[in-house]
Amino acid sequence: MIDFEKIKLKVNDKEVTIGAVLESKGSTEKTKTGAWRSKRPVIDYEKCVGCGICWSLCPEGAIKKRPDGKFEINLDYCKGCGICANECPKKSITMIIEEK
Amino acid sequence: MAILGLPEEEYFSYGHRACAGCGAAIALRLITKAAGRNSILVEPTGCMEVISTPYPETAWKLPWVHGAFENPASIASGICAALKVKGREDVNVVAFGGDGSTYDIGFGHLSGAFERGHNFAYICYDNEAYMNTGIQRSGSTPYGAATTTSPAGKKSIGKEVWKKDLVHVLAYHGSPYVATASIGYPTDAYKKIKKAIETKGPTFVNILATCPTGWRTPTEKSVEIAKLAVETGVFPLYEIVDGRHSINMPKDASRLKPVEDYLKAQGRFRHLFKPERNDKAIKYIEERVKENLHRLTQCAEKCF
Repeated sequence: MIDFEKIKLKVNDKEVTIGAVLESKGSTEKTKTGAWRSKRPVIDYEKCVGCGICWSLCPEGAIKKRPDGKFEINLDYCKGCGICANECPKKSITMIIEEK
Repeated sequence: MAILGLPEEEYFSYGHRACAGCGAAIALRLITKAAGRNSILVEPTGCMEVISTPYPETAWKLPWVHGAFENPASIASGICAALKVKGREDVNVVAFGGDGSTYDIGFGHLSGAFERGHNFAYICYDNEAYMNTGIQRSGSTPYGAATTTSPAGKKSIGKEVWKKDLVHVLAYHGSPYVATASIGYPTDAYKKIKKAIETKGPTFVNILATCPTGWRTPTEKSVEIAKLAVETGVFPLYEIVDGRHSINMPKDASRLKPVEDYLKAQGRFRHLFKPERNDKAIKYIEERVKENLHRLTQCAEKCF
């Protein structure tokens, strides 16, 4: 077996692997896409019933189940599309303007 | 652990570069969940390839192969053949591409792979135009939609022909399982993709994935519009198992939401209403949608 990832080539002074082979482990998480956001989702945990609809419809997969059964949003990666707020059956998510 | 019938495990990492509100990214999460750990994924050029692998990063946590625009089905055929030789036929081979690759450029290769009968599932995330290169018309673009290569104006109403019915084309290749799904109904879509992967032989699922950039819709409405497409009958959800039709949604063809609701929600159909209402085109779409549903219902009733 040839270990393609061990063989490095130089292209334009950059080291690359043959056939652009990468280890598959989700390394895009190095890039915090949360910086793209102009609106931020805020969950009202009084209203949240933990149905998981927001989790199933998040294009980023940035929503995670908490130990208490409710859900939290990882703001490092949330791009602020607002699908979760629009689809929440209990209207427990509101989008507020991001200010820095 | 499962939530709403979907596995909690993610194989498609965040940090990918899809636009906010991308419908196809939701479809990818569903595809990877349905495929599971024991899978090889194949993908041609397209939005989802570009956004998931900005070298040297990758959003994939599963083995993933990228090929040229036209040949995901050919690569999948090769992988199936290799797995057969190695005696590893327990591995799922899942190819997926956008509608540009599936309906147009890769169609010949896809047809060939279906004819040869390899054991793989092909999923098309259908966002109804070449979105990656900047919204050009494809074989899947619906009638009346404005794109950069079918612009709407005084003498044009956007695309002038109806969307290609690829689902039936592949069903008539003798595929044991073809289906349509929508990101608006993730549990239904997940079940269909899983069924396609588990069924032996070449199978196909066409999953409607909204594109806020190309459809000119607000990002938060992605899922709402994907649901509306089903509720108005524009994109009915059905399965064809061994040549037999069954319609999942809409349940009652006589109680649909008006097609206008779907058209009005999207900027790509704006010219049908402004500056003046194009009654002729709207009526044509309504009638064609009704006719299509009627034909499907008949197929389901007569069991073919």
